[in-house]
Formats: sequence, structure tokens, C-alpha cells
Amino acid sequence: MEAQNQSRPAAATPTWAMLRTLGGIALLSGLLVALVYQVTLPIIAENQRVLTEKAVFRVLPQASLKRDFVLTKQGGLAPVGEGVDGEHVYGGYDAAGNLVGVAFTGVAVGYAGPIRVMFAYDPECRCLNGSKVLSSNETPGFGDKLDFDPEFLKNFEALDARLDAEGRALANPIVTVKHGTKNQPWEIDGISGATISSKAMGRAANAAAQRAVPAIERDLAWLKQQH
Amino acid sequence: MAELPNTQETLTPDTFLRGLWEENPVFVMLLGMCPVLAVTSTTMNALAMGLATTFVLVCSSLLVSLLRNWIPKQVRIASYIVIIATFVTIVDYSIQAISLELYAALGAFIQLIVANCVILGRAEAYASKQRLTTTFVNSLGMGAGFTLALLALGTVREILGNGTILGIHLFSPDFQPWVVMILPPGGFFVLGAWLLLFNWLRLRKERKQAEQIGVTAHAR
Repeated sequence: MEAQNQSRPAAATPTWAMLRTLGGIALLSGLLVALVYQVTLPIIAENQRVLTEKAVFRVLPQASLKRDFVLTKQGGLAPVGEGVDGEHVYGGYDAAGNLVGVAFTGVAVGYAGPIRVMFAYDPECRCLNGSKVLSSNETPGFGDKLDFDPEFLKNFEALDARLDAEGRALANPIVTVKHGTKNQPWEIDGISGATISSKAMGRAANAAAQRAVPAIERDLAWLKQQH
Repeated sequence: MAELPNTQETLTPDTFLRGLWEENPVFVMLLGMCPVLAVTSTTMNALAMGLATTFVLVCSSLLVSLLRNWIPKQVRIASYIVIIATFVTIVDYSIQAISLELYAALGAFIQLIVANCVILGRAEAYASKQRLTTTFVNSLGMGAGFTLALLALGTVREILGNGTILGIHLFSPDFQPWVVMILPPGGFFVLGAWLLLFNWLRLRKERKQAEQIGVTAHAR
């Protein structure tokens, strides 16, 4: 039977045979993909949750409980729920239920595509005091200093993020300055050799803080009750 | 390289071993160079990429072999591509379910398995003509050969470029890693070095065989 197929004369293939084949394969393919999608969907969502939680507890090491909130269009915060969408911020609370800080993410384009960073905001000192790069394609050995270089990470120990008199924006935008020239608490000391990456880090921190900090400060009293 | 099989191959150990050595997809056939150079910066990435490719290769070859008498030759490439793309999508979701960090490290190269010529090449040159059992064994061998080649590159690049293997530090903290090795040029350097080694081994074997023939001819 096999041999017959090999020596079959090259007769014209009927159109319906091609349609049958392509249709059948497409149907089978669709079924398989839909099945795998359904099976993996909850697992992937859970992975995403665990990954976010890990990052939040990394930037807020004193926290033992995380609550998710959304930045509303009115410039405040609302609990995550049905029909609420917007950028997420994460409140971290310690075992006694005290708010220890709020984490949020910022994005900026670096040397090789977007850098996504999670920042922690401390309402006590009104400053950013932690960072963790969530994803980046920066050059290994240079760009990844953003997450490992102890000297650079010192910038995020008390990076000033005070609001202006109206409470709608930062009093002093966060900027990255040339390595060794930092002399204000809202400046980030750049990394020589990774200028573009460290400048992107400054833009990400500024953009994220400009959006999130006014909302956090507006609803701070409410936020403290949410543990 | 062996001639493309036009008749049914009988199952021999060679059906499997060919993919590992004689027809190794990377070191001999130089197929699928894009993931070979791009994702072998660490051992773990190389292993994951190799296993993912092997899965797609084996599954799609099996399905192509199963449907080989049913696919008209005018639409065969389109059919193969849809079959391959299906399994790549399955791998894509599975890796996300296994580890999002691994998924982020492999990036677009998971989706690009679709365009890996090892897989389409196997479907066209082998699976479309051979029985299910030989196809399974042969594609498994090819996948193993591809994985081994990726590991060969990944291990060397991780040791030289990062001073680690599977994330475990091998040297004292004073070790200054050779960063270029985990950057794209390092991929070319290490691949070149492996190709040099493989060609040298092949030439030495051929020379020895020639000498052997010469010796026997002389003795006669």
C-alpha cells in the first residue's frame, strides 16, 4: 500500500481534497490551542499574582500583607473590584496592620527597549525607598547594574518625592544626574557606563511618582484603614 | 550527509543517533541558527529552548507522518506550518504556566520556533515520507542533537561570561566575567569554536580511514 502511494501518477488533486485537508487541520489546531489555553489560563494568572507579590514584598520588606488598589480617574484610590480599571498600586501592611509603604510600577525606554520597575513609596518620609526591575533587556554587565549595583541602589533609600503646595504633582521632579554630581535629595546619581539605563530609571521613577503619589497622599487616611 | 530517504526506512539505532552526531542539526546541517545564537547565554535558557524545540519537532513530525497520505502535495507546506504553529502555541502557554521568569528570558524566541528550519525540514524531508515509529525515533534524535548543541553553547557562554553554571558560582568573587561571551558576539565566537572542533574531529576520522585503506591496499 505504501509503495502504491509512492508511485501514484501525478493526477490533478481535486479542490475539495485541499479544502478538506486545510479545513481539517485548522479545526484540529483550533481545538488543541483552545484546550491548552483553557487549561493554562488559571495557572498563568496565579503565576502573575505570585510574581507581583514577590516584587511587592521585595521593595517593602517589612510588609507581610498586600492589598491591591486602583488609581481612579478622579485622582484617588479605589479597591480593586469588578468594573474598576486603571493602574494598580499595592499597599503593604505589617503584621500589626500598619501601612508600611505603597508600591507601584513605572516604565521608561532604556538602551534596549522598555524597563519596567517597581518602586516603593514611604508616606512617613514622603520619599521613594526601594526599587526592583521587573523586566528589561538592558545589556548584561552594564544595564543590569540598575538592580544589583549597591551604590546605585543607595539612590532609592530616601529619594525625595514630596508634593507641591497644591498636592497635584511632585515639588521637585525626580531626575538622574551625571555620576558624582548628585547634591539634591530628589536627584539620582547616574551610573557611568550605563547612562541611558540609569536615566531611564529616573524617568520611570518620576512618571510613576507623579501619577501615584498625589493619589496616595489624597487618600492616605483611608489607605491606612484598609489592612 | 546521508541522501534524503525516498523509501521507507527500517528502524535502526542509526535512525536516532544520526541526529546526535552525523546529521546534527546545528553542528553539521547548520539549521536553526537564530535560537542557537540568541538564547544560549545561559545553560538554563539553552536547555529550556532545546526541550521546547524538541517537543514541537516530535509532535509536529508525528502528526505530519500520521496525515502523510491525506495531505495533497499542493497544500503540504501550508499544512505543515499550521501544525507546527499549533504546537508552538501550546509550548508558549505551557512555558508561561511553568515559569514566567523563564518565559521572559526566552522572549520572542518561543514564538520563533515556528520559523525554525530544523522542524519544517524534518516534516518535509522525513516525516512526510516515513512511518510513525521511525519518524518518532528520528525526530527525537534530531531534537536531542539540537538540545545538546544548545547546551554545548550555553554552558560555555555562561561559565565564561558570567562565571556560573545553572546560576551556581564557580569562581571566587574576584573573577571578572568575560561579559562579551553572553552578548551576541560571544554566540558567534563559541559557535565558531565548536564548529572548528567538530570539523577537526571529522577530518581526523577521514584521514585515519584513508590511511587504513592505504595500509590494507599496501599489504595486499
